Amino acid sequence: MSKILMKGNEAIAEAAIRSGCRLYFAYPITPQSELIEYMAKMMPKVNGTFIQAESEVAAINMVYGAAGSGKRVMTSSSSPGISLKMEGISYIAGAELPCVIVNVQRGGPGLGDIQPAQGDYFQATKGGGHGDYRLIVLAPSSVQEFADMASEAFDLADKYRNPVMILADGMLGQMMEPVEFKPAKTDAELQELANQHLSWCICPNADGDKKHHHEINSLELDPQVLEKHVLDLYKKYAEIEKNEARYETYNVSDDNEVLCVAWGTASRVVKSAINEVMKEGKSVGLIRPIRVWPYPYDAIKQAIGKNVKKVYVFELNSGQMVEDVKIAVEGKVPVDFWGKLGGVVFTPAEIKEKLETCF
Amino acid sequence: MTTEMICAGFGGQGVLTIGKFIAQAAMQEGKNVSWLPSYGPEMRGGTANVSTVVSTEPIASPIVSFPDVLVALNQPSIDKFAHSIRPGGVLIYNTNMCPRGCQREDIIQIAVPMNEIASEIGSMIVLNMLATGIIIGKTNIIKYETLEGNLTSFLKEKNPDLLAKNLAAIQRGIEIGKQYA
Amino acid sequence: MEIIAKRPEALTKEPFHYCPGCMHGVAHRLIAEAIDENGLINEIAGVAPVGCGVFAYKYFNFDMAEAAHGRAPAVATGIKRARPDMHVFTYQGDGDLAAIGTAEIVHAANRGEKISVFFINNAIYGMTGGQMAPTTLPNMKTTTSPYGRNVEDIGYPIRVCELLSTLVAPYYIERVSLLTSADIIKAKKAVEKAIRYNKENRGFTFVEFISTCPTNWGYEPEKARQWAKENMLPFFKPGVFRDKGEGVE
Repeated sequence: MSKILMKGNEAIAEAAIRSGCRLYFAYPITPQSELIEYMAKMMPKVNGTFIQAESEVAAINMVYGAAGSGKRVMTSSSSPGISLKMEGISYIAGAELPCVIVNVQRGGPGLGDIQPAQGDYFQATKGGGHGDYRLIVLAPSSVQEFADMASEAFDLADKYRNPVMILADGMLGQMMEPVEFKPAKTDAELQELANQHLSWCICPNADGDKKHHHEINSLELDPQVLEKHVLDLYKKYAEIEKNEARYETYNVSDDNEVLCVAWGTASRVVKSAINEVMKEGKSVGLIRPIRVWPYPYDAIKQAIGKNVKKVYVFELNSGQMVEDVKIAVEGKVPVDFWGKLGGVVFTPAEIKEKLETCF
Repeated sequence: MTTEMICAGFGGQGVLTIGKFIAQAAMQEGKNVSWLPSYGPEMRGGTANVSTVVSTEPIASPIVSFPDVLVALNQPSIDKFAHSIRPGGVLIYNTNMCPRGCQREDIIQIAVPMNEIASEIGSMIVLNMLATGIIIGKTNIIKYETLEGNLTSFLKEKNPDLLAKNLAAIQRGIEIGKQYA
Repeated sequence: MEIIAKRPEALTKEPFHYCPGCMHGVAHRLIAEAIDENGLINEIAGVAPVGCGVFAYKYFNFDMAEAAHGRAPAVATGIKRARPDMHVFTYQGDGDLAAIGTAEIVHAANRGEKISVFFINNAIYGMTGGQMAPTTLPNMKTTTSPYGRNVEDIGYPIRVCELLSTLVAPYYIERVSLLTSADIIKAKKAVEKAIRYNKENRGFTFVEFISTCPTNWGYEPEKARQWAKENMLPFFKPGVFRDKGEGVE
């Protein structure tokens, strides 16, 4: 299959359909509107369901219903809309339903602006909704990776019966890059997907079993029973932490005097800056969490070479990932942070300047 | 080899399309490309711009700080971006919409009355393809044939007259660009 | 031996938790009977609300989802769109449906979702302890309208059937009462019709039940019935607001 030049918002939509997503519910918001528009155009062509919901709240609850029916379902929004979805996300996590949520982040807090930002890191990785739960959070940095993460996200969601968030940003949503899609699921594969959850989901009682009674539910008024449920959730999360952390290293070596940590599109700007400072004979490495929950603590710890004087975190927020980096670094070397806020995106030149102060 | 480009102008002048056609053709020619538009309210009649990167290497940042080429279709675009062009870089601008021009002497300036030429060809719609031709003539960033093929498959059925005008505009642009190559 | 009455198959053996004199149990039974009679037990799913009906998912003997407060019509939309071969209903109270879930019910009705909605209107929040509902009557005292509902301050009760009847899409809208045996027989017919239309995928069907809340109204069940007859029925008049199957537009 040849490469197609496509916007991130469209690529993730196409990839989701190819991954077997046949239900999509969402509400328009900049800068993710191309995604909902693509779904509106393409879902009818694959006999899928597209509904422009009355609100993000309604959309996520439609997702709850469809996920509870055992079908691959997705919603998407941008930061303020994701806040509205948080109620439903907590219910979905509590009821252990598989689904995919795409957040094309913009500047906040509040209505904020519509430019790229990474200010929803805490919301995505530390909670956001109420109660003890975790989302699996994937953080793409290119249009290709954004698209590839669709099938990855659905597979993870199905495997762990857990909501998965793809945490992108306005830059990734709006930019075009070449993308190569995996082949679409075949009818046989779609059938297999449709049958994988029949033991627990809402479905016809095909064999007329008198005991057939599946409940999609996050309510449990007995504290002892609820505690056990949450402990079971955390057993699952421990399993996810053990198996599912992913990261990329760029120019990491024993020569590194500085180790950068950055995620998403911000990491690309850092890569450009590293390319520039390397020309001056300075050694800087980068470690990029590809998934921000579970977080690659061990990988970061191991990437700190013997010459590293400083770990430098760059984000398009106020330093929300720094806490995780500090946990990983365990106080071995100083951790510094520099970032831009409110939808301002740093440039390679700015990052280069920051890096040069380390030598 | 990496070429970083910013195209800017009023919304509706087709600046985003300049970047898109170049990125599309460069991709087909085996290059790595990225196309990052400004978006939001500025699309609605304000100044729009797009950063396009074409490279033989994987593209790290799609954000262009110091363009090798700036295409400015109006004066605000020069005012906003001309200072950031790399020394020795290229400024292609539309003299009909940029009365004050640009004072820099350490760059190559290609000043073209694009409105006049587009009118001569027969439609203001082709102004962006004229600019695209100038970029190609000056930089060889893509092959004319690739662009011609893409435009043909896009427009041949829908609007053959517009296709002919667009191709004429590109060819005219290439002639102009070559004078500075 | 002829069986003349039995527990509907569509109900589990779980005993209801409802207060003495509450009408939720009656409404549950009417729905379960209609499901049995239409032979839908193996292909129907329900969505329970937040409110006194919250445990409905334990009582109905088929697949059930428990929704967040007010979101049952959105959840039902998701289920019906994911499983168009199934039949889906929601069961909601007045706070759930007409306050926090107003957007969801209006838009599900407006899309003409092929689901049934059963709406219990007893003019008060039961589960949380007797607070004012969007359907609380003028001057009616509740724990959050201790001086009586002041319509100058907080507005009049919402008549949901009338509101939904302004929309083009809904297929069937009827308000019934559960206050007397005769009313219950009429209500049964409305529920049966809604379920039958649902089975035939005709469109959005809606039945409102005027009922009582003796506990939070502070009346004995019989007095509560009498009070509802005198106060609720004049404001919330029973009747068929829409029945496209019978030509009532």
